[in-house]
Amino acid sequence: MTELLDLLRSPWPWWVGGPLIGLTVPLLLLIGNRAFGISSNLRHACAILLPDAVKPGFFRYNWRAQSWNLLFAAGLILGGTLAGLLLADPEPTRLSAAGAASVQELGVQVRPGLVPAELTDLSNPGVWLLLGVSGLLVGFGTRYGGGCTSGHAITGLSTLQLPSLIATVSFFAGGILSANLLLPAFMAVIR
Amino acid sequence: MSAGTRVPGVHGHSATRPAARPAYLLMGVYFGVILVKSEAASWYRIQEMFRFEAFHMFGLIGSAVLTGMLTTWLLRRSGARSLDGQTITVAPKERGWTRYVLGGATFGVGWGLAGVCPGPVFTLLGAGVWPMLVVLGFALLGTWLYGALREHLPH
Repeated sequence: MTELLDLLRSPWPWWVGGPLIGLTVPLLLLIGNRAFGISSNLRHACAILLPDAVKPGFFRYNWRAQSWNLLFAAGLILGGTLAGLLLADPEPTRLSAAGAASVQELGVQVRPGLVPAELTDLSNPGVWLLLGVSGLLVGFGTRYGGGCTSGHAITGLSTLQLPSLIATVSFFAGGILSANLLLPAFMAVIR
Repeated sequence: MSAGTRVPGVHGHSATRPAARPAYLLMGVYFGVILVKSEAASWYRIQEMFRFEAFHMFGLIGSAVLTGMLTTWLLRRSGARSLDGQTITVAPKERGWTRYVLGGATFGVGWGLAGVCPGPVFTLLGAGVWPMLVVLGFALLGTWLYGALREHLPH
Protein backbone atom coordinates (compact mmCIF):
# COMPACT_ATOMS: atom_id res chain seq x y z
CA MET A 1 0.00 0.00 0.00
CA THR A 2 2.76 2.45 0.95
CA GLU A 3 4.65 1.32 -2.14
CA LEU A 4 1.68 2.10 -4.33
CA LEU A 5 1.31 5.50 -2.72
CA ASP A 6 5.02 6.19 -3.23
CA LEU A 7 4.63 5.26 -6.89
CA LEU A 8 1.62 7.55 -7.34
CA ARG A 9 3.54 10.41 -5.74
CA SER A 10 6.64 9.98 -7.87
CA PRO A 11 7.30 12.13 -10.93
CA TRP A 12 7.43 10.55 -14.37
CA PRO A 13 10.39 10.46 -16.76
CA TRP A 14 10.06 12.56 -19.92
CA TRP A 15 9.45 9.52 -22.11
CA VAL A 16 6.25 8.76 -20.19
CA GLY A 17 4.94 12.33 -19.91
CA GLY A 18 5.84 13.46 -23.44
CA PRO A 19 3.85 10.85 -25.42
CA LEU A 20 0.86 11.32 -23.05
CA ILE A 21 0.96 15.08 -23.72
CA GLY A 22 1.11 14.42 -27.48
CA LEU A 23 -1.97 12.19 -27.32
CA THR A 24 -4.06 15.18 -26.20
CA VAL A 25 -4.09 16.45 -29.79
CA PRO A 26 -5.75 13.41 -31.48
CA LEU A 27 -7.98 12.74 -28.44
CA LEU A 28 -9.58 16.21 -28.60
CA LEU A 29 -9.99 15.87 -32.36
CA LEU A 30 -11.63 12.50 -31.82
CA ILE A 31 -14.00 13.68 -29.08
CA GLY A 32 -15.36 16.66 -31.00
CA ASN A 33 -12.96 17.95 -33.66
CA ARG A 34 -11.39 20.46 -31.25
CA ALA A 35 -7.96 22.05 -31.58
CA PHE A 36 -5.98 21.81 -28.34
CA GLY A 37 -4.94 25.25 -27.07
CA ILE A 38 -5.14 26.58 -23.52
CA SER A 39 -4.47 30.33 -23.76
CA SER A 40 -7.72 30.91 -25.74
CA ASN A 41 -9.42 30.49 -22.38
CA LEU A 42 -7.97 33.85 -21.30
CA ARG A 43 -9.80 35.40 -24.25
CA HIS A 44 -13.01 33.56 -23.40
CA ALA A 45 -12.70 34.75 -19.79
CA CYS A 46 -12.39 38.35 -21.02
CA ALA A 47 -15.40 37.82 -23.31
CA ILE A 48 -17.40 36.62 -20.30
CA LEU A 49 -16.16 39.11 -17.70
CA LEU A 50 -15.79 42.44 -19.51
CA PRO A 51 -18.70 44.86 -19.23
CA ASP A 52 -20.05 45.99 -22.61
CA ALA A 53 -18.77 49.56 -22.19
CA VAL A 54 -15.10 48.50 -22.16
CA LYS A 55 -15.36 45.45 -24.39
CA PRO A 56 -13.29 45.66 -27.59
CA GLY A 57 -14.66 43.93 -30.70
CA PHE A 58 -12.06 41.20 -30.25
CA PHE A 59 -14.09 39.88 -27.32
CA ARG A 60 -17.51 40.08 -28.97
CA TYR A 61 -18.17 36.56 -30.19
CA ASN A 62 -20.15 33.56 -29.07
CA TRP A 63 -17.88 32.22 -26.33
CA ARG A 64 -20.51 29.62 -25.44
CA ALA A 65 -19.50 27.69 -28.56
CA GLN A 66 -16.06 27.41 -26.93
CA SER A 67 -17.30 26.17 -23.57
CA TRP A 68 -15.56 22.85 -24.19
CA ASN A 69 -12.26 24.66 -23.60
CA LEU A 70 -13.48 26.25 -20.36
CA LEU A 71 -14.38 22.75 -19.18
CA PHE A 72 -10.87 21.65 -20.14
CA ALA A 73 -9.44 24.50 -18.02
CA ALA A 74 -11.64 23.47 -15.09
CA GLY A 75 -10.21 19.98 -15.53
CA LEU A 76 -6.67 21.39 -15.40
CA ILE A 77 -7.45 22.81 -11.96
CA LEU A 78 -8.87 19.49 -10.75
CA GLY A 79 -5.89 17.63 -12.19
CA GLY A 80 -3.61 19.99 -10.27
CA THR A 81 -5.47 19.23 -7.04
CA LEU A 82 -5.26 15.50 -7.65
CA ALA A 83 -1.59 15.27 -8.69
CA GLY A 84 -0.11 18.36 -7.10
CA LEU A 85 -1.91 18.43 -3.76
CA LEU A 86 -3.34 14.99 -2.89
CA LEU A 87 -0.50 13.03 -4.53
CA ALA A 88 2.21 15.69 -4.31
CA ASP A 89 5.80 14.56 -4.74
CA PRO A 90 7.42 14.76 -1.27
CA GLU A 91 10.83 15.26 -2.89
CA PRO A 92 12.08 18.43 -4.59
CA THR A 93 12.28 18.53 -8.42
CA ARG A 94 15.26 16.32 -9.36
CA LEU A 95 17.32 18.96 -11.11
CA SER A 96 20.63 18.35 -12.84
CA ALA A 97 23.66 19.50 -10.82
CA ALA A 98 24.02 22.51 -13.14
CA GLY A 99 20.30 23.32 -12.82
CA ALA A 100 20.41 23.16 -9.02
CA ALA A 101 23.49 25.40 -8.92
CA SER A 102 21.85 28.02 -11.20
CA VAL A 103 18.67 28.06 -9.14
CA GLN A 104 20.66 28.56 -5.93
CA GLU A 105 22.61 31.34 -7.59
CA LEU A 106 19.26 33.07 -8.14
CA GLY A 107 18.75 32.97 -4.38
CA VAL A 108 16.21 30.14 -4.49
CA GLN A 109 16.43 27.03 -2.29
CA VAL A 110 15.59 23.70 -3.92
CA ARG A 111 12.78 22.39 -1.73
CA PRO A 112 9.74 20.15 -2.33
CA GLY A 113 6.95 21.84 -4.28
CA LEU A 114 6.45 23.03 -7.84
CA VAL A 115 7.08 26.73 -7.27
CA PRO A 116 9.68 27.97 -4.77
CA ALA A 117 8.58 29.85 -1.65
CA GLU A 118 10.80 32.79 -2.66
CA LEU A 119 8.53 33.43 -5.67
CA THR A 120 5.21 33.01 -3.91
CA ASP A 121 5.81 35.21 -0.86
CA LEU A 122 3.20 37.90 -1.48
CA SER A 123 4.38 39.92 1.53
CA ASN A 124 7.30 40.88 -0.74
CA PRO A 125 6.32 43.66 -3.20
CA GLY A 126 9.02 42.45 -5.59
CA VAL A 127 7.17 39.14 -5.95
CA TRP A 128 4.01 41.02 -6.98
CA LEU A 129 6.07 42.88 -9.57
CA LEU A 130 7.61 39.67 -10.95
CA LEU A 131 4.33 37.73 -11.09
CA GLY A 132 2.40 40.74 -12.42
CA VAL A 133 4.85 41.58 -15.22
CA SER A 134 5.09 37.91 -16.15
CA GLY A 135 1.30 37.50 -16.27
CA LEU A 136 0.84 40.67 -18.30
CA LEU A 137 3.37 39.53 -20.91
CA VAL A 138 1.92 36.01 -21.02
CA GLY A 139 -1.62 37.31 -21.58
CA PHE A 140 -0.64 39.95 -24.14
CA GLY A 141 1.90 37.77 -25.95
CA THR A 142 -0.26 34.66 -26.26
CA ARG A 143 -3.12 36.56 -27.90
CA TYR A 144 -0.78 38.62 -30.10
CA GLY A 145 1.05 35.46 -31.17
CA GLY A 146 -2.19 33.47 -31.39
CA GLY A 147 -1.34 30.73 -28.90
CA CYS A 148 0.93 29.35 -26.21
CA THR A 149 2.94 26.19 -25.70
CA SER A 150 -0.14 23.99 -26.19
CA GLY A 151 -1.66 25.66 -29.26
CA HIS A 152 1.57 26.33 -31.13
CA ALA A 153 4.36 24.09 -29.78
CA ILE A 154 2.18 20.98 -29.36
CA THR A 155 -0.84 21.29 -31.69
CA GLY A 156 0.74 23.51 -34.35
CA LEU A 157 4.01 21.59 -34.65
CA SER A 158 2.13 18.25 -34.55
CA THR A 159 0.12 19.39 -37.55
CA LEU A 160 3.17 20.77 -39.39
CA GLN A 161 2.20 24.44 -39.37
CA LEU A 162 4.92 26.93 -40.25
CA PRO A 163 3.42 29.81 -38.18
CA SER A 164 3.64 27.58 -35.11
CA LEU A 165 7.30 26.85 -35.76
CA ILE A 166 8.00 30.59 -36.01
CA ALA A 167 6.03 31.15 -32.79
CA THR A 168 7.77 28.31 -30.92
CA VAL A 169 11.25 29.52 -31.89
CA SER A 170 10.20 33.02 -30.70
CA PHE A 171 8.86 31.64 -27.36
CA PHE A 172 12.24 30.09 -26.71
CA ALA A 173 14.18 33.18 -27.81
CA GLY A 174 12.14 35.28 -25.37
CA GLY A 175 12.34 32.72 -22.58
CA ILE A 176 16.10 32.22 -22.88
CA LEU A 177 16.57 35.98 -22.74
CA SER A 178 14.34 36.51 -19.72
CA ALA A 179 15.43 33.48 -17.68
CA ASN A 180 19.11 34.28 -18.14
CA LEU A 181 19.12 38.08 -18.04
CA LEU A 182 15.87 39.56 -16.72
CA LEU A 183 15.11 37.06 -13.95
CA PRO A 184 18.53 37.43 -12.26
CA ALA A 185 17.95 41.22 -12.24
CA PHE A 186 14.47 40.77 -10.72
CA MET A 187 15.80 38.30 -8.14
CA ALA A 188 18.52 40.73 -7.10
CA VAL A 189 15.71 43.17 -6.20
CA ILE A 190 13.49 40.55 -4.55
CA ARG A 191 16.19 39.12 -2.26
CA MET B 1 -25.76 21.22 -36.30
CA SER B 2 -25.74 25.00 -36.39
CA ALA B 3 -22.58 26.75 -37.50
CA GLY B 4 -21.91 29.99 -35.61
CA THR B 5 -20.08 32.94 -37.07
CA ARG B 6 -16.46 32.25 -37.72
CA VAL B 7 -14.18 34.14 -35.41
CA PRO B 8 -10.54 34.47 -36.42
CA GLY B 9 -8.30 32.60 -34.01
CA VAL B 10 -11.17 30.72 -32.41
CA HIS B 11 -11.28 27.19 -33.75
CA GLY B 12 -14.30 24.95 -33.98
CA HIS B 13 -17.55 26.77 -34.54
CA SER B 14 -20.13 24.32 -33.33
CA ALA B 15 -21.58 24.38 -29.83
CA THR B 16 -20.29 21.95 -27.22
CA ARG B 17 -22.64 18.96 -27.04
CA PRO B 18 -23.88 18.39 -23.48
CA ALA B 19 -23.05 14.69 -23.79
CA ALA B 20 -19.39 15.48 -24.52
CA ARG B 21 -18.95 17.85 -21.56
CA PRO B 22 -17.62 15.24 -19.11
CA ALA B 23 -15.13 14.11 -21.75
CA TYR B 24 -13.61 17.61 -22.05
CA LEU B 25 -13.48 17.98 -18.28
CA LEU B 26 -11.74 14.60 -18.02
CA MET B 27 -9.27 15.56 -20.75
CA GLY B 28 -8.42 18.62 -18.67
CA VAL B 29 -7.87 16.45 -15.58
CA TYR B 30 -5.72 14.10 -17.69
CA PHE B 31 -3.60 16.99 -18.93
CA GLY B 32 -3.36 18.64 -15.51
CA VAL B 33 -2.11 15.41 -13.93
CA ILE B 34 0.50 15.04 -16.70
CA LEU B 35 1.68 18.65 -16.25
CA VAL B 36 2.39 17.93 -12.58
CA LYS B 37 3.79 14.41 -12.94
CA SER B 38 6.03 15.27 -15.90
CA GLU B 39 7.18 18.35 -13.92
CA ALA B 40 6.29 20.67 -16.82
CA ALA B 41 4.48 22.69 -14.13
CA SER B 42 7.68 22.91 -12.07
CA TRP B 43 9.28 26.35 -12.01
CA TYR B 44 12.63 24.63 -11.46
CA ARG B 45 12.35 22.57 -14.66
CA ILE B 46 11.52 25.65 -16.75
CA GLN B 47 14.59 27.47 -15.44
CA GLU B 48 16.72 24.40 -16.17
CA MET B 49 15.29 24.25 -19.71
CA PHE B 50 15.95 27.91 -20.54
CA ARG B 51 19.55 27.45 -19.38
CA PHE B 52 20.00 24.20 -21.35
CA GLU B 53 21.07 22.42 -18.16
CA ALA B 54 19.09 19.18 -18.59
CA PHE B 55 17.48 17.17 -21.35
CA HIS B 56 14.21 16.54 -19.45
CA MET B 57 12.01 19.33 -20.89
CA PHE B 58 13.42 18.97 -24.39
CA GLY B 59 12.74 15.23 -24.32
CA LEU B 60 9.27 15.94 -22.97
CA ILE B 61 8.30 18.51 -25.63
CA GLY B 62 10.08 16.63 -28.41
CA SER B 63 8.39 13.30 -27.68
CA ALA B 64 5.05 15.07 -27.25
CA VAL B 65 5.34 16.66 -30.70
CA LEU B 66 6.47 13.40 -32.34
CA THR B 67 3.60 11.48 -30.72
CA GLY B 68 1.08 14.19 -31.62
CA MET B 69 2.36 14.27 -35.21
CA LEU B 70 2.21 10.52 -35.71
CA THR B 71 -1.14 9.90 -33.98
CA THR B 72 -2.86 12.89 -35.60
CA TRP B 73 -1.60 11.80 -39.02
CA LEU B 74 -2.88 8.25 -38.38
CA LEU B 75 -6.23 9.56 -37.16
CA ARG B 76 -6.74 11.76 -40.21
CA ARG B 77 -5.45 9.11 -42.60
CA SER B 78 -7.82 6.52 -41.19
CA GLY B 79 -10.70 8.73 -42.33
CA ALA B 80 -12.28 8.41 -38.87
CA ARG B 81 -14.89 10.95 -37.86
CA SER B 82 -15.12 12.58 -34.45
CA LEU B 83 -17.47 10.95 -31.94
CA ASP B 84 -20.16 13.51 -32.85
CA GLY B 85 -19.83 12.65 -36.54
CA GLN B 86 -17.75 15.56 -37.82
CA THR B 87 -15.04 15.18 -40.43
CA ILE B 88 -11.79 15.74 -38.57
CA THR B 89 -10.17 18.99 -39.67
CA VAL B 90 -7.31 21.06 -38.37
CA ALA B 91 -7.86 24.76 -39.01
CA PRO B 92 -4.70 26.23 -40.58
CA LYS B 93 -3.11 29.07 -38.58
CA GLU B 94 -3.19 32.44 -40.33
CA ARG B 95 -0.11 32.93 -42.47
CA GLY B 96 2.49 35.58 -41.75
CA TRP B 97 5.32 35.97 -39.31
CA THR B 98 5.26 39.41 -37.63
CA ARG B 99 2.66 38.53 -35.01
CA TYR B 100 4.25 35.16 -34.36
CA VAL B 101 7.71 36.63 -33.80
CA LEU B 102 6.59 39.65 -31.72
CA GLY B 103 3.76 37.94 -29.84
CA GLY B 104 5.72 34.74 -29.41
CA ALA B 105 8.77 36.54 -27.99
CA THR B 106 6.57 38.61 -25.66
CA PHE B 107 4.97 35.45 -24.30
CA GLY B 108 8.42 33.83 -24.04
CA VAL B 109 9.76 36.67 -21.88
CA GLY B 110 6.78 36.29 -19.54
CA TRP B 111 7.18 32.50 -19.48
CA GLY B 112 10.85 32.77 -18.49
CA LEU B 113 10.13 35.27 -15.70
CA ALA B 114 7.60 33.43 -13.53
CA GLY B 115 8.33 30.06 -15.17
CA VAL B 116 4.71 29.33 -16.00
CA CYS B 117 2.77 29.14 -19.25
CA PRO B 118 -1.06 29.23 -19.27
CA GLY B 119 -1.68 25.50 -18.63
CA PRO B 120 0.41 25.35 -15.45
CA VAL B 121 -1.22 28.56 -14.16
CA PHE B 122 -4.53 26.68 -13.86
CA THR B 123 -2.94 23.47 -12.65
CA LEU B 124 -0.85 25.20 -9.99
CA LEU B 125 -3.98 26.96 -8.72
CA GLY B 126 -5.52 23.53 -8.29
CA ALA B 127 -2.39 22.40 -6.48
CA GLY B 128 -2.95 25.23 -3.99
CA VAL B 129 -0.30 27.67 -5.26
CA TRP B 130 -2.60 30.66 -4.72
CA PRO B 131 -0.12 33.38 -5.78
CA MET B 132 -0.77 32.13 -9.33
CA LEU B 133 -3.97 34.19 -9.05
CA VAL B 134 -1.73 37.25 -9.46
CA VAL B 135 -0.32 35.78 -12.69
CA LEU B 136 -3.81 34.86 -13.90
CA GLY B 137 -5.25 38.30 -13.07
CA PHE B 138 -2.48 40.10 -14.92
CA ALA B 139 -2.67 37.63 -17.80
CA LEU B 140 -6.34 38.57 -18.21
CA LEU B 141 -5.34 42.23 -18.13
CA GLY B 142 -2.70 41.54 -20.82
CA THR B 143 -5.26 39.70 -22.94
CA TRP B 144 -7.66 42.64 -22.66
CA LEU B 145 -4.84 45.05 -23.52
CA TYR B 146 -4.14 43.10 -26.72
CA GLY B 147 -7.83 43.20 -27.63
CA ALA B 148 -7.88 46.97 -27.05
CA LEU B 149 -4.64 47.74 -28.96
CA ARG B 150 -4.99 45.12 -31.67
CA GLU B 151 -5.72 47.48 -34.54
CA HIS B 152 -2.58 49.50 -33.82
CA LEU B 153 -0.23 46.52 -33.78
CA PRO B 154 1.61 45.08 -36.77
CA HIS B 155 0.44 41.57 -37.63
